Amino acid sequence: MMESSVETARPTGRLAAFVAWIDARFPMSKMWKEHASEYYAPKNFNFWYYFGALALLVLVIQIVTGIFLTMNYKPSAADAFSSVEYIMRDVEWGWLIRYVHSTGASAFFIVVYLHMFRALLYGSYQKPRELLWIFGFLIYLCLMAEAFFGYLLPWGNMSYWGAQVIVSLFGAIPWVGNSLVEWIRGDYYISDVTLNRFFALHVAALPLALIFLVVAHILALHEVGSNNPDGVEIKKVKGPDGHPLDGIPFHPYYTVKDTASTGVFLILFCLIVFFAPEMGGYFLEHANFEPADALRTPEHIAPVWYFTPFYAILRAVPNKLAGVGLMAAAVVLLAFLPWLDRGKVRSIRYRGPIFKTFLVAFAISFITLGWLGLQPATGAYKAAAQVFSVVYFAFFILMPWYTRIDRTRQPPDRVTYHAH
Amino acid sequence: MRIEFLALVAALAVGSAHAAGGGGHVQHANNDVSNKASLQRGARNFVNYCLGCHSAKYVRYNRVAADIGITEQQLIDNLMFTGERPHDTIRNAINADEANRAFGVVPPDLSLVARSRGPDYIYSFLRSFYADPAKATGANNLVLPGTAMPHVLWDLQGIQTAVWEGQVDAKGNASKHFKEFELASPGRMDPHEFDSFVRDTVNFLDYIAEPVQLKRKALGYRVVAFLILFTLLAWALKREFWKDVK
Repeated sequence: MMESSVETARPTGRLAAFVAWIDARFPMSKMWKEHASEYYAPKNFNFWYYFGALALLVLVIQIVTGIFLTMNYKPSAADAFSSVEYIMRDVEWGWLIRYVHSTGASAFFIVVYLHMFRALLYGSYQKPRELLWIFGFLIYLCLMAEAFFGYLLPWGNMSYWGAQVIVSLFGAIPWVGNSLVEWIRGDYYISDVTLNRFFALHVAALPLALIFLVVAHILALHEVGSNNPDGVEIKKVKGPDGHPLDGIPFHPYYTVKDTASTGVFLILFCLIVFFAPEMGGYFLEHANFEPADALRTPEHIAPVWYFTPFYAILRAVPNKLAGVGLMAAAVVLLAFLPWLDRGKVRSIRYRGPIFKTFLVAFAISFITLGWLGLQPATGAYKAAAQVFSVVYFAFFILMPWYTRIDRTRQPPDRVTYHAH
Repeated sequence: MRIEFLALVAALAVGSAHAAGGGGHVQHANNDVSNKASLQRGARNFVNYCLGCHSAKYVRYNRVAADIGITEQQLIDNLMFTGERPHDTIRNAINADEANRAFGVVPPDLSLVARSRGPDYIYSFLRSFYADPAKATGANNLVLPGTAMPHVLWDLQGIQTAVWEGQVDAKGNASKHFKEFELASPGRMDPHEFDSFVRDTVNFLDYIAEPVQLKRKALGYRVVAFLILFTLLAWALKREFWKDVK
């Protein structure tokens, strides 16, 4: 392809006049340049750099399908369960919209977990990207809340008892616990009132917060520039045109690359939606096909898979308050990573053996805790959850020490890139 | 609140142990929701043997007719006995209070039972009734011990009794384990016929739990085929653009 054709085609004639009319009143072309055609991203992005764009795609999917579900769903204890079956059976394409939304919830966590792990691999949270990381952390918090509130809405028995267990965790807080639980539910038990307010939070409050935070996350990213698998700052080496020599305009290079990865993602996504929407009971749980029943618990209460690592930590601790505290700490510690990491380099490529060992141990413990959260908390399972909880926390608590003493290698001045 | 929480954790532990223990008696239904003849027989079995007590209140009669390949007239003549119209959902004749007096529970709606319990569970459950004089209904069930449901299919299957093996462990505690069923008095069907009767019924329940499942898969092949084509084109476009990245 010729170098010149990469330049955005300049509109001519009436279209140019229209664009000029808008630009005189709204910074349309300026924003397009800043965030797409002249946002220079490192050219050496690898597999791990697909998931930010995919998370944005899933957010859009969830908002669009969510709007259509809201048109047919009834947020009342009497009608909620039936209205979901009405969507599944009587609403034109309702089944597809619902399966895309339910699969999207799990897909959101898959891409976000991979996106977060990328940051651990390449030190993307390190200076000057602390705020970028904090915004990302807040997005993750909102996402967990959004998923939790949304999970009550089908009003199945697992929805009901899952909400009951999670809300009751706040009861562990001394003094105010029980009043707090009552305040959250708005009733003495999970009821119509609770469902109604969870609906409001799920369809209005948290989506607004999520969109605001995603905008802040992207603005912060475009202010400091993207990190890359080498962890070197591409802005240090600029060409005569003032652009980083190792940077390429986000549009068209990464828009076209992300289009291809979107295709791969949608293939996997649609294989689940069309051929295994329940995903063996992990995405849609069997017990949730029975309506909520305040008098009968499901045989096996477990949260959806994306919460199970934290659930396993909660159950590993014999004392409820301590368990709740540790579970909260397991999430909140993520926010402190930029200050816990004292390493001289960003990328795993130039880190020493100790960091690599800790990161692998952390990844294994997170996945194993996720599996343990689905098992009964007894005997060997509980002991294993305790061991892996210690590993999980050691990754964070010991980080200031092991990142400082680790033998790092000097990263190169420029990124490593082999043209295809 | 603490007690409530501990109870939940305990329920979870017991529940999963129970699930593991109950698995031993479950046989595979091997039903096929694309088999329309089987679905038609299943629909007939359902209205004749289940609908007296159980509803399928999310399922519409005319949707069933269209999906299992019968006309609306065939539907009205063969499957509708309780005065509904074809676009109505499948309600049953018994009211909740009456059922509660008779069985101590309201028989559950069966619209989604194949999704909450699974076809294998229902298949095993319907085949595992045995005579138990201690029960008010005269029958107990191996898959769901103590069930309030009578052995509705007794005249088809016949009456079977459970044979137990006694065991005494090292500490001297006696326990009994299920060994096999024995047919005490034969029914109108031989065991093979009865199994396919149950399989057809389970097949119908599997279909009504998610009526769209056949169309879903058929559409899925076309969607994924399109996406593969789209991805190949997008990837070729990416390669073209990236040629000038050195």
